[in-house]
Amino acid sequence: MVMRFSDPFEALFALQKQLDARLASDWLGNSTANSGAYPPINIFQQQDDFVAIVELPGVSKSDLTIEAKERTLRISGKKTLDYQDNASIHRRERLAGSFDRTITLPINVDPDRIKAEYRDGILALFIPRAEADKPRAIEIE
Amino acid sequence: MAAAKDLEVQKKRAVQSPEESTVPANMFVPITDIFETNDSLRVLVEMPGVDKQNVDISVKDRILTIEGRIDFQKYARMTPVYTEYNIGNYHRRFSLSNKVDSSKIKAEMRDGLLTLTIPKSEEAKAQRVEIS
Repeated sequence: MVMRFSDPFEALFALQKQLDARLASDWLGNSTANSGAYPPINIFQQQDDFVAIVELPGVSKSDLTIEAKERTLRISGKKTLDYQDNASIHRRERLAGSFDRTITLPINVDPDRIKAEYRDGILALFIPRAEADKPRAIEIE
Repeated sequence: MAAAKDLEVQKKRAVQSPEESTVPANMFVPITDIFETNDSLRVLVEMPGVDKQNVDISVKDRILTIEGRIDFQKYARMTPVYTEYNIGNYHRRFSLSNKVDSSKIKAEMRDGLLTLTIPKSEEAKAQRVEIS
């Protein structure tokens, strides 16, 4: 079987382009702390709905809290480093601490139907757009 | 431990290598902690989004190579609308001293964190000398 590389990477290029265009985008505009806030979030559109993907390596599921209210999503928790006593450190790059980040979405969502999945250090939040917010085709009488 | 401090985002560092990869993908240097206990060397590597089946760990000529591949297919049919970080595979190499036994590496992957336990060789273990 010949593996085609182009398809999966298209997503990546779209992501790169979006990163470059971020400064010009008004998505989430003033509704979140400046970039640099932990954890970093990417938001994707999937048909009518949205998916937020958050990188949280080394954070265990039990240390993670997600709350949703109206248009607001809050992700908070803590990351701990598990060193053994009397360990001598050769290289220390990972950071520990707590985080609390709130984002306000520029769309009406259905908070009761938000689903969260946490796997391999990645949190995926499936955010359905509110029914009332979806565009409707209008029949001409 | 000190009072919980607020976490900061650590910007991903791209792999600097003289060769280019054949596919135009990003390659990042995973954030790593290394520490030593009485009987082993522990290497903790953060590779979010990497399933344990997509991790390759090898030791050749005392060079430990860690590679993690993410599943780009998960991003198919999704259009980014707001982004703060990029995604890509992970690659990092470390040279090991002869004081560890690289044939007995144990690896564990959990929540995007790879933990390698490399036992020290017998002669490298601290010997406690009793005064008679």
